[in-house]
Formats: sequence, structure tokens, C-alpha cells
Amino acid sequence: MSRLLEVKGLETRFFTQDGVVRAVNGISYHLDEGETLAIVGESGCGKSVGVMSLLRLIPQPPGKITGGEVWFDGKNLLTMTDEEIRQVRGNRIAMIFQDPMTSLNPVLTIGFQVSEALQLHMGMDKAAARRRSVELLEMVGIPQAVNRLDDYPHQFSGGMRQRVMIAMGLSCNPQLLIADEPTTALDVTIQAQITDLVKRLRDEIGMAIIWITHDLGVVAGLADRMIVMYAGFIVEEAPVKELYANPRHPYTLGLLGSLPRLDATRANRLTSIEGLPPDLIDLPKGCPFYARCLTYRIERCATENPKLEPVGPGHKIACWVDVSTKKGRAE
Amino acid sequence: MNASALPQAPSALTDERQKLLEVKGLKMWFPIFRGVLQHHVADVKAVDGINFHIFKGETLGLVGESGCGKSTTGRAILQLYRPTAGQVLFNGQDLVTLKGEQLRRMRRQMQMIFQDPYASLNPRMTVGNIVGEPLEVHNIGTSDERLERVRELLRVVGLNPYFINRYPHEFSGGQRQRIGVARALAVNPSFIVCDEPISALDVSIQAQIINLLEDLQGQFGLTYLFIAHDLSVVRHISDRIAVMYLGKIMELADRDELYRNPMHPYSQALLSAVPIPDPVIEEKRHRIILEGDVPSPVNPPKGCHFCTRCPKVMDVCKDTEPEFREYTGDGHYVACWLYQK
Repeated sequence: MSRLLEVKGLETRFFTQDGVVRAVNGISYHLDEGETLAIVGESGCGKSVGVMSLLRLIPQPPGKITGGEVWFDGKNLLTMTDEEIRQVRGNRIAMIFQDPMTSLNPVLTIGFQVSEALQLHMGMDKAAARRRSVELLEMVGIPQAVNRLDDYPHQFSGGMRQRVMIAMGLSCNPQLLIADEPTTALDVTIQAQITDLVKRLRDEIGMAIIWITHDLGVVAGLADRMIVMYAGFIVEEAPVKELYANPRHPYTLGLLGSLPRLDATRANRLTSIEGLPPDLIDLPKGCPFYARCLTYRIERCATENPKLEPVGPGHKIACWVDVSTKKGRAE
Repeated sequence: MNASALPQAPSALTDERQKLLEVKGLKMWFPIFRGVLQHHVADVKAVDGINFHIFKGETLGLVGESGCGKSTTGRAILQLYRPTAGQVLFNGQDLVTLKGEQLRRMRRQMQMIFQDPYASLNPRMTVGNIVGEPLEVHNIGTSDERLERVRELLRVVGLNPYFINRYPHEFSGGQRQRIGVARALAVNPSFIVCDEPISALDVSIQAQIINLLEDLQGQFGLTYLFIAHDLSVVRHISDRIAVMYLGKIMELADRDELYRNPMHPYSQALLSAVPIPDPVIEEKRHRIILEGDVPSPVNPPKGCHFCTRCPKVMDVCKDTEPEFREYTGDGHYVACWLYQK
């Protein structure tokens, strides 16, 4: 598989009245063609800002991408002109958002919104774009798509609106689909419908996916590889099976432990992570997780922030400690 | 082993337990008015005739998807909405018939924890005033005693009593939810309705609040009605679980029994749709994907409310509503024609 996306040392800051918010702090990762990567983390960990920065969708000001490179298909997205990046957005990299209620324009028909990108990027005329829209809506499982083109978003349910969003995302055959918590606002049965749909479309079209979520359950059956973020840093990266079977960062361990599981044989006490994530304006000097890492931390963690380093095949962590021995890792 | 004695054992056991709350035929309809003359044209049948009971000291989980009426049920039980029909017996007394001072006095025994810790705390009141307000409303103690009680409550929920003069915006979501819990505990209730108390919180914080609720239950012998859409959480905290769909309870059973042996096709689909955080298990799981969306509660299907999406639908389902009842004698209730032959 060839490399599709390579992010190197991406850094995004927000310059606010209260100070500089360090939202993304030098993250590096890659994505191969046709691969599904999950980015997991809690609110404010920089997972959304991280991918919005890829497409330069950060409101500037107050936001600013202060460092790094994003190589997509041989070109650096961060140094492109506005016109060039506009050709990439929605065309070769598509994005679907969390809230299908607010990401569709309420005063335009579904048909207009789906065909807009087709006319813009694919150079189709109105009639051709309309025909293609019907195909797309049928592909994502909207019944009687022909009759629904002239309907408005409020006439669709939440799950149906998310299907429309996916149809819009796929309209230009993107090489990469970025899905930012696409099922969070939906009920479980609808969530199952949507993840099922995305899996099917991925296998048919062969696009790569970056799936952002806070829910470790949803991505377990979906992703190939996984990145865990905390306070704007990547703290662990591993193939999905390896990450669930053998988590090596204390934060990942904590996250998995604090999940009640449907298949648990008996109810045992959840291991919660005490405390709160750090303030991104005033990040600690050492490891950002130090204050909450009660079981594993060692002296070194307070003063030095560990870098993301390989610990196994495809498995990287940013931690000074070996969680199996609770001692510092041998260098 | 005496084989004949075995099947009766669980139900004999449940009979001995005292029912704290009993809901009979509860209906909560919201009228829709249209036109210049505001004619009453239809009703949103949010809760459409449900029966269940909660034993003293247990947690009953109430699960279902958005709009199924689970929150309305919680509010109708506490008489925050006056039910359209039915009875809510609390320690044998029907709350629906109570009014004014009598009802207010009963409210000391039942409290509520709300979903959104950002919206459910008054931003202009200090934490001390928020937690102490129920004590004032119910005229409990002198102001010094109330202050002492508030400090104690903050300690109980894991907040520093030093924060008593701070305002809600100075706290994180998890801490705010702790304030909400402290407020609910203020009047020493025996019954608390927890309406999605953790769904607005991050995973690592959710576990903190769940553990707190469990500790408090042990400490004060509380009875919970735990309303949530997250089946994994409900399974973790509940003793028994009721599954709701479109204003009806479809199935009610012991926690482990429901997960081991879901009888209603809706419960089966719902359980199969919940993702499990383990890629190896996920690979092998078979999902029941339900077609379509939930019908409108203004005009629910005739017959079984689930008949429009049920993978096992039969002719009788579309026509007559199945009775909600116990089949096996072990407290496993289900409303489905598959078992009523």
C-alpha cells in the first residue's frame, strides 16, 4: 500500500484573550491508501482541531497553524494557495461532521446541497448533477431518493441526514474521508446502521478513512489502526487489535478501564481516572498526563515530556514507564 | 438437589422485597393545538400506558432511544408533569391524587439528577445556595445547621467544602454533576430519578460519577430509577432493566437475564447494536440492523408499537397490541406476540 497522507510535527495554537491555547502540539502520523485510522480522545484533546488543521479549516484568527507539514499525495497542504486547497477540499478529501442537524443548510433543498459539489468539482451540468445525486442518495440507503431531492433537511430524521452528509462526502469520489464523530449524535440502532454503511462503502470504493471519536467501542470493529490523543499530544499509536489487547500507555489503560462493557460477566467497579485534563493554556512542563497518572508515574515524568517512540511492531507510546513492571523503560 | 423447588426460588425471593414505587397504567399525553381557535387536534403519546415497580434499595435501569418517553416517565413519576392517566404509588400512596402541601411533603423523599450539568445549575447562585436551596424550600434546620449540612454534602460527593462560595462556571462538567448529586441528596431522599446523569460527560469522568452513585447507594440505601440510552452503562449500574420503545415498555427483566436472554426482538436488536470495545469480539459479532426510523408518537402504529421495524413481525402484531406480562415466573416481563400463543 502506498502512503496517502503524512503529517509531520503539526502544531495548532489559538491566540485568545486569556492566553495561547496549545490545542495541537506537534503530532506526526501517516495514513496509507485504503486504510482506516481512528483518532480517539476526550473533549478538548485536540482530535478535531488536528484534522481540521489538515484542511486549513481552522478559523484564523484566533487560530493559527504554527508548525508542521501535511503531505497529501506529494503536496504540502499547508503551503498551498487558497485556490489549490479549495480543489482538494470536498473533492479529494471530504469531511463529514458530528451534528447532522447543523451541518446541512436548512433553507436549501437536499438535492441542491448534494449536487452543489458535483457541479463545482466535477464540472457537471445541472441535470447530470441531479441524476448523480439520486444515485448517491440511493447508494447511502435513502428510500425513494428521486422524490426526496426537493425536500428540506428538517423533513429528514437524524440518521437520514447523516446519510445525506455521507452522500455529499462521497460525491466526488474522495481518496480520503474524514469523519468527525459522525455517530455521536445518533441512537445506537441508527449508529449501527451508519457504521455498517460506511464499512460497506469503504470496501466498495476503497477510500481511506480518518474516524474521530471519543467512543472506543464504535471504532473497535471499524479501524485498522488507532491513535490516542491527550492534551494535544499523541500518547499511543498501534494497530487496533494490538491496542485493545495490549495497551501500553497509562491513559489508554485508564480509558479502557473506565468503560462499562456490555459483555462484562459481572459488574465490577470501574477504574475511573481521577482528576481532570490539564489546562491547554498552561500545560505542565513534564508529561501532560502526570497529574492524573497515580499508579505509574515516576520522577522523570514530572520534568520531561516523553516523545512518541516505538515499543513494538507498529506500536508507539509516549511514556517513560513500562506499565507491566511500573518501572522506567530501558532506553 | 430438589428440582421442583428451584424454579420458584427467585420469585419467592422477589415477593419478600418491598416495593417502594409502583407505576400502574401510566400515560402522559401532550396535547397539540392548531389553528386560530387552538383546537385540540392530536396528542403526543410520549408515555402510553406502562406498568412496573421498583423495589426498595435497587436500581431500575430504563433504556431506550431518543424520544421513546424514558425521561417523560421519570418526570411523570415525580409529578413534574401531571400524568394523563394511571397511578404512581410511592410507599403505597398515590402521588397522582396528591396536591399542594401534601405533594410538596412527599417530594422530600424523591429527588432528581439531571442530564446537563451546564443547564441544571443556576449560574447566578453559589454552590452553597444551590445545594442548600432544597433545605430552605422544605424548611429544614436553622441557617447555621443548613450551612453545616451543605458542607457535609459537598464532602460526601467528593468536593472540597472550601468551594461553597464559588459559582457553577468555575467547575468542570464532572464537578458540576457532583453538585447536582449533592443537591439531590440534601433533603435525605429515599428515591432518586437519575435522568441520563452521565451522558454529557467524558468517558473518564463518567466512571467517576458512576462510582459515586454506587457508593452513595450503599451508604444511604438509596433507590434509583436510572434513565439512560447507553446500554453498557445501564447494565453496569442496574439490578433490573426496562426497555422502552415509543412510549411502551417492551421488556423488563433482571440485568443478567436480559443480556443473556433478550426475548423481545427490539431488545435483541438494541443489544446487538451496542459496540463492544474489543476488535476480536467485534469481528465475530452478528448485528441485527433495524430498518427505518422510529414512527411519530403522535400517531403510533396500531397494534404493537414496534411492528413497523420488527424483523419477526406477524399479522397479529399489526392489529392488536400484545400484553406486557411475565412468562416464565422469574420476573422477566415482555410484550410480544411471539410468546403469547
